[in-house]
Amino acid sequence: MAARVQTEAFDLAQELAGFGRGAGAVVSFTGLVRDDTGAMQALEIEHYPGMTERALQDYGAEAARRFGLSDWLIVHRHGRLAVGEPIMMVATAARHRRAAFDAADYLMDWLKSRAPFWKREIGADGGGDWVAAKDSDEDALGRW
Amino acid sequence: MIAVAIDVLYFAWLRERIGQPRERVETGAATVRELVTELAARDDWHAAAFADLSAVRCAVDQQLADLDAPLDGVREVAFFPPMTGG
Repeated sequence: MAARVQTEAFDLAQELAGFGRGAGAVVSFTGLVRDDTGAMQALEIEHYPGMTERALQDYGAEAARRFGLSDWLIVHRHGRLAVGEPIMMVATAARHRRAAFDAADYLMDWLKSRAPFWKREIGADGGGDWVAAKDSDEDALGRW
Repeated sequence: MIAVAIDVLYFAWLRERIGQPRERVETGAATVRELVTELAARDDWHAAAFADLSAVRCAVDQQLADLDAPLDGVREVAFFPPMTGG
């Protein structure tokens, strides 16, 4: 049961080693830097130190309560990331797969629009545009 | 009305428009919305940052809040665009 915010890359296999021991199901999701325009140099992620850690902890604890998780892990990076690099991951452990899948889905919906991170796409000229929030991400919260 | 000092933080394009990541303000504002009105009147940069409040979100003492949240006893208020994590 942990939430981490860091600049360093993470290794999924290492993060999952020993995770959720004793559970019947472990689900993990990893988000990668995607280049939609073909012209992106990097992704820059800003966050709100202090609030970010607290928010991730709160959302993880709420997911554990709601879906009966025996373990959960959230890792989210910030700083400058190259295309293809991992941005973040969530992992959930429960007795059965449905709870683990649903909890991971729930956490992703919350992280997308309620965790204090802001992305900027750095183009070939070094300039960058802030990524606009999507209505679909906001709407997704309504599912829960 | 008693003026108190509050740390005001800005992130993403609000930080860029205002030109600084944080400032300490003396304010007698009762709510976040009143604080916004005071800040927007400071100069053109603040006015530009707060021109469209539908694009601004806030947190009060590091908890997400709405613009009508009271400021009584609050030490830190942050303003930022809708979040784009994950």
